Amino acid sequence: MTDKKEIRCTLSVLVDNEPGVLARVIGLFSGRGYNIESLTVAEIDDLDSISRISIVTCGTPMVIEQIKAQLRRLVPVHDIDDLSDKSFHVERELALVKIANTGSSRIEALRIAQSFRAHTIDSTLDSFVFEITGNSSKLAAFISLMRAIGEVEIARSGVCAMSRGKISNLKQREDML
Amino acid sequence: MEGNTETKLKLNGADAILKVLDEQGVEVIFGYPGGAVLPIYDALFKSNSIKHILVRHEQAAVHAAEGYARSTGKVGVVLVTSGPGATNAVTGLTDALMDSVPIVCLSGQVPTHLIGNDAFQEADTTGITRPCTKHNYLVKDVQKLCSTLHEAFHVARTGRPGPVVIDLPKDIQLSECEYVSRQDRHGRRYKPSTDPDKNKIIQVAKLLVNAKKPIIYGGGGLINSGPEASKLLKELVHITGIPTTLTLMGLGAFPCDDKLFLGMLGMHGTYEANLSMYNCDVMLNIGARFDDRITGNLKEFSPNSKKIHIDIDPSSINKSVAVEIPIVSDATFAMQELIKELKKLKFERAENRIGVWLKQIDEWRGRKCLNFTQQGSVIKPQYAIKRLYEKTKDIETYITTEVGQHQMWAAQYYGFSKPNRWMTSGGLGTMGYGFPSAMGVQVAHPGKLVIDIAGEASFLMNMQELSTVAQYKLPVKVFIINNQWMGMVRQWQQLIHGGRYSESYTESLPDFKALAEAFGLVGLRAESVDQLDGVIDQMISSKSAVVCDVQVSKDENCFPMIPSGAAHYDMLLSSEDKQKNSVSQDGMVLV
Ligand SMILES: Cc1ncc(C[n+]2csc(CCOP(=O)(O)OP(=O)(O)O)c2C)c(N)n1
Ligand SMILES: [Mg+2]
Repeated sequence: MTDKKEIRCTLSVLVDNEPGVLARVIGLFSGRGYNIESLTVAEIDDLDSISRISIVTCGTPMVIEQIKAQLRRLVPVHDIDDLSDKSFHVERELALVKIANTGSSRIEALRIAQSFRAHTIDSTLDSFVFEITGNSSKLAAFISLMRAIGEVEIARSGVCAMSRGKISNLKQREDML
Repeated sequence: MEGNTETKLKLNGADAILKVLDEQGVEVIFGYPGGAVLPIYDALFKSNSIKHILVRHEQAAVHAAEGYARSTGKVGVVLVTSGPGATNAVTGLTDALMDSVPIVCLSGQVPTHLIGNDAFQEADTTGITRPCTKHNYLVKDVQKLCSTLHEAFHVARTGRPGPVVIDLPKDIQLSECEYVSRQDRHGRRYKPSTDPDKNKIIQVAKLLVNAKKPIIYGGGGLINSGPEASKLLKELVHITGIPTTLTLMGLGAFPCDDKLFLGMLGMHGTYEANLSMYNCDVMLNIGARFDDRITGNLKEFSPNSKKIHIDIDPSSINKSVAVEIPIVSDATFAMQELIKELKKLKFERAENRIGVWLKQIDEWRGRKCLNFTQQGSVIKPQYAIKRLYEKTKDIETYITTEVGQHQMWAAQYYGFSKPNRWMTSGGLGTMGYGFPSAMGVQVAHPGKLVIDIAGEASFLMNMQELSTVAQYKLPVKVFIINNQWMGMVRQWQQLIHGGRYSESYTESLPDFKALAEAFGLVGLRAESVDQLDGVIDQMISSKSAVVCDVQVSKDENCFPMIPSGAAHYDMLLSSEDKQKNSVSQDGMVLV
């Protein structure tokens, strides 16, 4: 608990998809000086309008516990899963990588893309756009290789994550307003 | 409006709002009108179930609601208009958030179709108040109006209480909705847990009776938990014989004259309380949050103790101080269980069990850290408060304060023995809190003695409310400890900034006696010690609101003091102490 070493942590937060909920979560992080490495959000249940927010953050174990407790305090937050607690969880991120180059490095780009199993989703005479999914370190490796052989433009989705195995179900839905 | 609570009752928004308030048991609203809340004011005009107190500034409305809430345990209700009405309320809301006061604040908003258009008196109220409320809402669909309001009350009063804002566009107030009653509201999101983990309670009981140097450290959670918590604390202390200290927010939860009471702890706490915290081997924290005013230098905070923390708010636990036994619970429930477990255990009486510790504490007490000598004719501020206490202790009295030295002296020299009798701005330290707060207390307790122990500078921040107390004949007493300085600022400048008194003198003070009289109230003044008792007597017996200008010595400092960043053993007990412990560079940056 009093460990001073920072750890990386992926949180999956189920919230009511109501106005201001994202601002509330982000405001909590900025107001209290917590880190956000990545944050993604989208509605996952349109019937009950529930969204899942995946947050990658880092901090000492004490700060991580604080972050969870502070999130839990927010009224629209239903459930928080600390995925790093569990040895079983999957994480994926998607990136679009545009590379502009010509000649032999253009062919090299295609080869690297192939070995990373990236898809070519657009091509002009002097550029490609690759789509790549994987964990964040795979994306980072791919991007750094691309940078070495051309001019690069990048869009990343941020991390999406969930636990493996059994369904983590929502608390009673009658909770809804 | 009356009678029929059957479902399918159709009302316009404004009437529905009042009906919800009524159903939630609201007796009084503190508010100020404006264009965006006129439909609600119109509904109020026609209703007679709810009283409205017209304040003179929206900040005061929130503080008044806080005073009402803190002295009764009920939710305080505020009504303000859009734009400037809402922004004026922000200080009060932040104050209520920091001190965990249940407030529901209704704010008007421009009609939904104009939101985002920079309309007249439009402000992004939910955006502005998001970080200073426990939760807030913008109602955009009139069919959700009633359930949102009911939920707002639930959120404000449940768990760790706090302020909730509901922003109400004007068109919503005017359109028709189906009324939803309190019990028909679907679902209950937000269900904080309030029951302690029994196994941990058993552990705590054993720890407490086996400790050699135990201490109980209680906070505002004891007050928020309700009067039962204070009774249980007394029982807990008497069963175990463990010495007990309280935070500024906790004062009143334990009788000040009990011999196991160590006084307040923290930056201006007693020598015995702070040294006991430093030296203890088991610390039981009930409803306090290891605030920086309490801990001083964290690295040196009670280094050798096992710590138990009972708090209803999980985010207060292990925030700044790591504890061995965290217990998420309402203070009342936790103490009920703890007392049950203690009664099952066999343990020796305190004298035998922890006699050495108690003797040590008595030695610290022997320093008499709150001693002062009143000599000459100039009134010492400590003496003024001591006399006020002695003259009011047998009357049911409610005390509020402003912020500064007088606040700390009030905490040190006024004795509290019951909960909900002491209202002070602890977390935010808001100058201007005390007077409007006293107004709210007086509204809740007509006929009782309500005194704002004030500093002259703080009083100037919300003195417009003299008009309110005159209008509603609220006999609030303002007892100004007038040292002509922003005393607390001057003290820091003296001790930390080489005596460079930059902008801390309160120039051009009004004649407070004449000021009171200008509002048709009673003004009193005490200029020398021989006038003090008479003036206090007159103030207490007056049926009117009174402003009592007590002119005290100007350069008195508030001791004991743990300078920012120092440890509990590094207390300054008098001005002479300052030479040997100068404030560190690290401490200098702290507030
Ligand atoms: C709204 C606000 N502004 C500034 C401060 C900083 N501050 C703390 S105490 C103090 C001086 C208070 O003076 P006074 O009310 O005369 O009380 P005294 O310390 O003299 O008893 C100031 C300016 C504050 N607490 N609140
Ligand atoms: Mg002053």
